[in-house]
Amino acid sequence: MSTPVLSLRGVTKRFGGLVAVNAMDFDVAEREVVGLLGPNGSGKSTTLNLISGALPLTSGHVSLWGSRISGLPAQTITRKGVSRTFQLVRLLPSMNVRENVVAGAVFGHRRRWGQDAWDHADQLLDKVGLGGKGDMALGQLTYIDTKRVELARTLASDPKVLLLDEWLAGLNPTELQIGITLIKSLRDEGRTIILVEHVMDAIRSLCDRCVVMASGTKIAEGTPTQVLSDKEVIRAYLGDDDA
Amino acid sequence: MSLTATDIRNLCLASLVFAICALLPLGDQGYWLGLGVTIAMFTALATSWALFSGPTHYISLATAAFFGVGTYVTGLGIDTLPFWSLVGLAGVIGAVLAALVGLATLRLSGVYFVIFTLGLAELVRQVITWVQNNSGQKGLYVLTDLDEAGIYWWLLGLSAAVFLTGWLIGRSRLGFALRIIGDDETVAAHSGINTARAKVLLFMVPGAVAAMTGAILAPRYVYIEPSLAFAPILSFQVVIMALLGGASRLWGPVLGVIPFTFLLEAVSSNFPNQTTLVIGVAFLVIVYLLPGGFVGLMGRINRHLNTREGA
Amino acid sequence: MDILITGILLGGTYALIAMGLNLQYGVARIMNLANGEILVAGGYFAFIAYTATQLSPILTIFLVAPLAFALNWLIYRLMLQPLVNRAKNRGQLETDSILATFGLSFIGVGLMLSFFGGDYFSYSFMAFPVELLGNTYGANRVLSFVMAVLICGALYLWLNRSRAGLSIRAIATAPASARLVGIDVKHLSALAFALGGAVTAVGGALISTYLTLDASTGVVFTLKALIIVIMGGVGDVRGTIVAALLLGILETLVASLLDPGLTLAAAYVMFLGILLFRPQGLFGKKPT
Repeated sequence: MSTPVLSLRGVTKRFGGLVAVNAMDFDVAEREVVGLLGPNGSGKSTTLNLISGALPLTSGHVSLWGSRISGLPAQTITRKGVSRTFQLVRLLPSMNVRENVVAGAVFGHRRRWGQDAWDHADQLLDKVGLGGKGDMALGQLTYIDTKRVELARTLASDPKVLLLDEWLAGLNPTELQIGITLIKSLRDEGRTIILVEHVMDAIRSLCDRCVVMASGTKIAEGTPTQVLSDKEVIRAYLGDDDA
Repeated sequence: MSLTATDIRNLCLASLVFAICALLPLGDQGYWLGLGVTIAMFTALATSWALFSGPTHYISLATAAFFGVGTYVTGLGIDTLPFWSLVGLAGVIGAVLAALVGLATLRLSGVYFVIFTLGLAELVRQVITWVQNNSGQKGLYVLTDLDEAGIYWWLLGLSAAVFLTGWLIGRSRLGFALRIIGDDETVAAHSGINTARAKVLLFMVPGAVAAMTGAILAPRYVYIEPSLAFAPILSFQVVIMALLGGASRLWGPVLGVIPFTFLLEAVSSNFPNQTTLVIGVAFLVIVYLLPGGFVGLMGRINRHLNTREGA
Repeated sequence: MDILITGILLGGTYALIAMGLNLQYGVARIMNLANGEILVAGGYFAFIAYTATQLSPILTIFLVAPLAFALNWLIYRLMLQPLVNRAKNRGQLETDSILATFGLSFIGVGLMLSFFGGDYFSYSFMAFPVELLGNTYGANRVLSFVMAVLICGALYLWLNRSRAGLSIRAIATAPASARLVGIDVKHLSALAFALGGAVTAVGGALISTYLTLDASTGVVFTLKALIIVIMGGVGDVRGTIVAALLLGILETLVASLLDPGLTLAAAYVMFLGILLFRPQGLFGKKPT
């Protein structure tokens, strides 16, 4: 592997006495799709929050292209080209669909303003499958459409690294196929993607590599097939008796 | 962005309204002009207040502090500098002071901000009183040839400038950033917005405007003393007027300024001891009956009519 | 030494008032800006009881407490509970409750102005000197301090030992989880709010034995109580007491060495220091 796009070294997060993330180490190469797996409460989302700057690290560091980004505020990390979606979709309620997407384009990694930003937002809406819905109010959207709006906002600043926090969760089988195709197309554009995911189909068809967490610690790393047959991974998911 | 036809129409309309307002002193030099001064003053204060508090939802009670500082700028400088430069100077000092207050408190939750701004006027007042007591000087005389009509025109000009600033901010990246912050601060930060900087920048606007208003009004008081210049009730009046009108639109606060000025005027001339009670009731009315102010009420009525038509 | 003891005596009453506000903010999540008016009302009550019937303020507090409790319970149930119910998020509740309690504060001042007028009121109760460590202090100050210590102590024990106290602390720590383990959050929030109001009113009755009050001084006490609560840390009894004593000493220091007119300014400078360097309170852990 040449210089990794993103690398975590000894990344640790404590909440009071609880160690939510414990000495995580892993690298992500350019154009790679890495899945972050693990049972509920294993620290996946917290890890994502540490990368995006939503939470400060207790110790360790995160680097982007070899330079340290941990400790920087979220807005600076975003401007450096790391962009994310949220586990519970977060949209801007006072704005329509198009404005929600423009919100991601104005201040981020690559900045646009004025007509340029509006046109760019419309292109992205087409791309995520919301063409022509730019003027709609958020209240009129279905659940998958709100997820699409959030993804379009995340893409609007042309990020190099995408962090997707359970973006495929809660979709029906048809929507899931659409979602998987969409994420694949993002990788083909040259973006590096980390996704926190539970949906096994998605993991098998999307991820080049997986990192599995349990109780805040990395317990396995490898291709989806490797990690999903790993004894310890099975134990983490199903408990000792079934292993 | 270029101006659309609606923009040009609105600009013309606004200029026309201001031009008509500017004619007031020609019609009356007494009671009505006095009211006009009050309304122009509160329009500048409440509109600039809402520019900051509308999108950020922070409640600032610092108006009286900035206002008082402005009156003292005029009071101290009137013998050496021309009046117009004092107004400008007050604006700069107000903006710098606001930036300092903002840097100290805007990182924290809204409660801290309210408490800090509430005490700010009192802090400055106590310090100035102390300095005056120790230097043996009680108050300041401000003697100019600026008459009531002159003050009115100054305030009207300031209000126009506030509207123009608000309109320009609304079209700018800063204005857009503030809308995002108002909706969801976490999303704002993750969209690359430096939220703290945006808030501090915006807080400088009401700081500067309040200080300039104070500087303009100083000649009206003739004699300035701390308890007059830093009267905390001013901050509350501004909050009520802005919220009563509605802080979500640029023109909202004016809708609160005009009726509330008349109401306070009527109450204070008929029941001089009941003004605090009226202010208290006004707060409750805003919270329980008119959340969103008159602007919000109009929005609800509009929606109601639309759904009725649709049905 | 003189300054230190006077400061501690003053701080004792401050601690009581701030405990009242802390109960309201820490548990019911309402930053009650009408707190100072409740205090002044308590003072008025003691004043009237003493001048009309010679009733000792020490006995008056047993009347003031249940009355203030009932009044604050009603305020919470009728005015603040609806705000809690309609709030979509913490920020909205904060803004609404700030505006609503400001309204109550002004109405309180307005009512007291129209009933009692705008004059200062004071009365002479136990205004004889007592000697402590070689200096003399007003007996009323010492007595107020002792009462404040007793009440703070009782509250502390109640919060730490009783079942209701445990539940209240649970709500202060984690409102959502408290609901899950079967704690009636609504009921106990109202209780804590009412109790906080009662404590504050008692503080007012005590403070009126040695300070001159008037209808519009409430806001000064609100500010001081807020500063103490933030400095001591929300929901932190020990922090509140330490912060209150610090404020009492600082004010006495500034008043006797510089100028009595600068006490609030001094409190503010201290507040600013806290905001800049320890926004989580004196003993608070850094939020992670």
